[in-house]
Amino acid sequence: MEYEQVASISQVAALIFFIVLFAGVVIYAFWPGNKKRFDEAAKLPLEDDPESDKGKDG
Amino acid sequence: MAAKTQRDEWKALSDFLAIGAAAFLVILGLVLAIAGEDPVMKFHGCLLLGASGIALLYILTQFVEGREPADTRGYADGVVRAGVIATVFWGIAGFIVGDVIAWQLAFPALNFDLPWTSFGRLRPLHTSAVIFAFGGNALIATSFYVVQRTCRARLAGKWSPWFVFWGYQLFIVLAATGYLLGVTQSKEYAEPEWYVDLWLTIVWVVYLLVFLATLAKRKEPHVYVANWFYLAFIVTVAMLHIVNNLAVPVSLLGTQSVILYAGVQDAMTQWWYGHNAVGFFLTAGFLGMMYYFVPKRAERPIYSYRLSVVHFWSLIFIYIWAGPHHLHYTALPDWAQTLGMTFSIILWMPSWGGMINGLMTLSGAWDKLRTDPVIRMLIVAVAFYGMSTFEGPLMSIKSVNSLSHYTDWTIGHVHSGALGWVAFISFGALYCLVPWLWHRKALYSQRLVEWHFWISTLGIVLYITSMWVSGILQGLMWRAYNSLGFLEYSFVETVEAMHPFYIIRAIGGLLFVLGAFVMAYNLWRTARGDQPVDATDQPSVAAAPEFRPGEYTAPAE
Repeated sequence: MEYEQVASISQVAALIFFIVLFAGVVIYAFWPGNKKRFDEAAKLPLEDDPESDKGKDG
Repeated sequence: MAAKTQRDEWKALSDFLAIGAAAFLVILGLVLAIAGEDPVMKFHGCLLLGASGIALLYILTQFVEGREPADTRGYADGVVRAGVIATVFWGIAGFIVGDVIAWQLAFPALNFDLPWTSFGRLRPLHTSAVIFAFGGNALIATSFYVVQRTCRARLAGKWSPWFVFWGYQLFIVLAATGYLLGVTQSKEYAEPEWYVDLWLTIVWVVYLLVFLATLAKRKEPHVYVANWFYLAFIVTVAMLHIVNNLAVPVSLLGTQSVILYAGVQDAMTQWWYGHNAVGFFLTAGFLGMMYYFVPKRAERPIYSYRLSVVHFWSLIFIYIWAGPHHLHYTALPDWAQTLGMTFSIILWMPSWGGMINGLMTLSGAWDKLRTDPVIRMLIVAVAFYGMSTFEGPLMSIKSVNSLSHYTDWTIGHVHSGALGWVAFISFGALYCLVPWLWHRKALYSQRLVEWHFWISTLGIVLYITSMWVSGILQGLMWRAYNSLGFLEYSFVETVEAMHPFYIIRAIGGLLFVLGAFVMAYNLWRTARGDQPVDATDQPSVAAAPEFRPGEYTAPAE
């Protein structure tokens, strides 16, 4: 196979791969069914459970 | 009952494994110390023997006396506390060495004409100390803290987390003493020789297993985005480290080895490694830190969780391709250079998406920038992240690179990322962690945090502005021709022109070191439990969780 052929195949393949990948990520992020899960996840660091934190390892 | 016996059996097995591993390392250390073919290998054998000997004695006494570690319930925070102390210690050590070599560049006599203090040996000592010792300990400590909180699960393993911690410190000492004694494989940011690389591989795989096992036993259904970033950091660094360091040792008892690759393949592998050390060690790992500590300290959820998902996946899929931009106008094929440049420019998008996500988390609570210097440190870190990830792709454009490459501009760019982003986000996390981990009601002094913030920020500004001027001046002088087509300046004339900027840079670095000392003092007084001097000025989130009133508190007025 010539260099030009390899180059054009890999360029087109990579273009399709990255566009599909990015589209997939965006669809996953904005999928209405995921909204509740993400909203809950966003609050994860804010919820303390002091029970497991409380002086047990002083 | 059955469950209890099974648990005891597991515990006994883990003790036996720990004793066996330590005993094996004692023997290995002994062999290297006696039969090592060069003095450095003998010395490193002694270090391994000493470290594993102490570990073996400690595990044996624990086992024989049937003692349990102090913290068997709740979260395993002992190893995080150790990581915090190591972070501060190595941070100060690395910053001091950095400033010493900055002064050496301005006044070369300061290398004292000794091999051990020459620039060539101290420079990798500085870069490894700040990236791997300071940054690495900060990442290990915060990842262990964050993964437990966001999974609501105790860190997996009894001895393994401690092996990760102490094993990593041994790696640092082996690498650092090797550099000073002249043992290096001469790959930038991958200078340790083959046997130190193998040791780090073992430590790193255990780190990955501890992290994965903790994720596996999580009580939260969702894996929080910070853990995704930490996981990407751990997995990718393992891959990069192994591939870039493939080498054949000259002898199994000697320090020297021959790298598997040659010529441009070696250069490309090295910069695939090098740039992804930036992308996954210094970016993805610290983004994990950002995604936990910024919302936590601001007491606001992350601005957009969806954006964080897009940020994560696009960042990790794009960063891995950017390495060739370190090899513009070299023997690397032109298409590979263009590929590296293109992906670097695409990186603008996820980088700025992440920066906006971090900054906008403060939306509705901007007053905290004024009242809480810790949040200011975290947010300024994110701003520096945005600045240096704008500058990086700019410098990767071939025509810009032809001016900036090999000049001090690169050094300035690296330090706006390293001092502004990596160090500041770590400082912010340390200021959060010390009262939380040592069960204190507040930091010892918020005013000292203000001092630290301003001294260090001034230091960074002096550093990066002097390097911009000197770098562009240097680049322009190198490419200046006279009317007859000869070079306008000799190399030594460009060196002479750099001198004032080197002094400004060294002063900036000195300020940064001073700021770190202020932080160390403040954190030490906090950990010791001294009465805070300005507890009323501090937000309630500064206190350890058990001292915080209620779930939500209004921002301080």
